Amino acid sequence: MLAKRIIPCLDIKDGRVVKGTNFLGLQDVSSPVELAEYYNLSGADELVFYDITASFAGRKLFADTLVDVASRVFIPLTVGGGINTVDDFDRVLKCGADKVSVNSGAIANPSLVGEAARKYGNQCVVLSIDAKRVNGRFEVFSKGGRVPTGIDAVEWAYRGQEEGAGELVVNSIDTDGVKQGFDLEMLSAICDRVKIPVIASGGAGCAEHFVQLFESVPGVDAGLAASIFHFKQVDIKELKKLLVSKGQPVRL
Amino acid sequence: MIAVVDYGVGNLFSLLCSLKFIGADARVTCDAEEIRAAEGIILPGVGAFADARAKLAATGLEPVLKEQADAGKPFLGICLGMQMLFEKSYEYGEHEGLGFMKGEVVPFDLPKGMKVPHMGWNALNKTGDCPLLKYTADGDYVYYVHSFYVDGNSPYAAGVSDYGVKVAGAVCKGNVFGTQFHPEKSGEVGLGILKAFSEICKEGAL
Repeated sequence: MLAKRIIPCLDIKDGRVVKGTNFLGLQDVSSPVELAEYYNLSGADELVFYDITASFAGRKLFADTLVDVASRVFIPLTVGGGINTVDDFDRVLKCGADKVSVNSGAIANPSLVGEAARKYGNQCVVLSIDAKRVNGRFEVFSKGGRVPTGIDAVEWAYRGQEEGAGELVVNSIDTDGVKQGFDLEMLSAICDRVKIPVIASGGAGCAEHFVQLFESVPGVDAGLAASIFHFKQVDIKELKKLLVSKGQPVRL
Repeated sequence: MIAVVDYGVGNLFSLLCSLKFIGADARVTCDAEEIRAAEGIILPGVGAFADARAKLAATGLEPVLKEQADAGKPFLGICLGMQMLFEKSYEYGEHEGLGFMKGEVVPFDLPKGMKVPHMGWNALNKTGDCPLLKYTADGDYVYYVHSFYVDGNSPYAAGVSDYGVKVAGAVCKGNVFGTQFHPEKSGEVGLGILKAFSEICKEGAL
């Protein structure tokens, strides 16, 4: 039986961890390497790093950060942010990433997921989707949730799977930063359509939200969050104990 | 020194980092003499079986690996590297393995709702007393990513995981070991397994 995964997400800018609320307003939190080691010891099942710098210097710092983390933390590492070409996959895989997450890059170039999957294997390609409710359906947004694309999120998820994505991150813009729980409705709609693992993102405000997530949407494999872990509002060890007491399979 | 066989498959960055982290002297090599001189051999591997087999064959190292394994040198296959220890794989066709262990690699035939690949953390239940799992407790979680597997009823299974079917997670036959999961991605448990292998290498030929 596979364990349900708990995944802290670290947004990295200029070599530091930041966290936005509704994608706006950044606040410095900590050193990526320290935080990664802390999460590893707390029982995080995986770490996600998003590179939110655009500058060349920032990108170089990010690569150095990644190498530092991968040299000390031996759990799966997923990297996203600025992944637009197969060369970008190569760049981060060389620094120790195990999986690479594409978002806007796949919207701009729909053949990217397939190309990368053929070159590195499906298990390496994560399609990350930012979506929100528009006119009674879930619509995909690009560029960090700012630009509407007109694409239906459920169909985009299915298409990603067919192209060769090995996993999906589903981030609800509606619930992100609001801390009232994950977007169970959006997650159910997507889980019903795909058979690859789904990581839920956006909305976790307390440990109970993870219990609710795994109980309400059994198809979800993992829960991802950032600030509640960074600010120690939720301790991963305690969260996992809670999940075990509720009968969820987790790695302790 | 542990020789990590370089045959152009996959990313060895994490494996090397984890070996360094536990204090093992590891070197990536495709040099026959260096492999012969090593205290132990690791055969890594990700990707498709047929492609990896072709690449390994192209290096001309297979006779060296066979000779060394037969001579009792500690040998560890990881993920696809473990699958290649067996006689045959049915991954998109039928392909011959190295044949160090009897048995075959087959696709998952899973109950409805189970996902392929088998990707994530699963509990490893020990089925024997393999020195590779010296530091591993029964039920410890390890990290898997694979779509084909060796049946957990294999006589060489030292640890199995339940994924609708019984998956051989760790295998052991004398000096030859294999892990279907990735020890270099399995946190403390994985580091313990690499440490055990490194100690087996230091103790010399089995």
